[in-house]
Amino acid sequence: MNFAILQFPASNCDQDAVHAVRLLGHSARLVWHKDASLGDTDAVIVPGGFSYGDYLRCGAIARFSPVMQAVKQFADNGGLVLGVCNGFQVLTEAGLLPGALIRNRDLQFHCENVFLKTATADSPFTSRIPAGKVLRVPIAHGEGCYFADEETLAQLKANHQILWQYCDATGDLTDSANPNGALQNIAGICNEARNVAGLMPHPERACEPLLGSADGKWIFESIFAALKNKSVAQVA
Amino acid sequence: MKAKIIITPKKAVLDPQGKTVQTALAHMGYTGVTGVHIGKYIEIDLAPGTDQAAASKALNEAAHKLLSNPVIEDYKLEIE
Repeated sequence: MNFAILQFPASNCDQDAVHAVRLLGHSARLVWHKDASLGDTDAVIVPGGFSYGDYLRCGAIARFSPVMQAVKQFADNGGLVLGVCNGFQVLTEAGLLPGALIRNRDLQFHCENVFLKTATADSPFTSRIPAGKVLRVPIAHGEGCYFADEETLAQLKANHQILWQYCDATGDLTDSANPNGALQNIAGICNEARNVAGLMPHPERACEPLLGSADGKWIFESIFAALKNKSVAQVA
Repeated sequence: MKAKIIITPKKAVLDPQGKTVQTALAHMGYTGVTGVHIGKYIEIDLAPGTDQAAASKALNEAAHKLLSNPVIEDYKLEIE
């Protein structure tokens, strides 16, 4: 499978994403923010970092880059798009995902490992995560507090669009396990069509034991499985 | 000519900066402060003689699309 990893000025998790995809046996290449085309691509990763210096608001400028117009079209055609950290912020600013990410409630930048509970296996991003498995993955953000108005939040719940929530080591959704004050402990969501997802934690930094956790690979394995099913369906 | 845009967090949105400053003001002895909301102020220079109505329309669009995020922020536009 071919992954397009976007590269904005001040992206800093782009190489990590390339490394993770290649480590797990697939191909990945960087696509510059000024490129208006994604080329031959099966899935897109919008990586973490501080695109355009986080000026104005995180992700606010990046959404207008030429490559994001291509990503929008790719997503509208059903292509799989995953936004990680700043990538999640970019996708909400672009309107590809509902809600917004605001300053952490304690105003601190959090760089630590967190635990994640997968709220539903029914998505191309979660299908291969073992049932009941609590994922241990790192976060590194200052503006990761997920916010949406009540109506949007009700829709997210009704459509099972909440994919991951911050929890403690045993899988309980406690307030102390919530690193940033996100509503409903939300760490990641998907769109209504379920082909675009974003999360604040970094699965690409947790794909090998050497890095302290390999739990992030379950998210990538889910994407690989979804792409394989898609290509089988196309051949049939 | 100048356009002034004041951006504030929506009421329902958590404003930890505002809360922290409010607490600091209380510690300093400033009583009667019932809320602090921290936003942004943007000043835009416009060419002299710019049509005010057209500028207002364009800047409202820009404020909605880029300068503010309507999910979490409100804005007020003034042209003078």
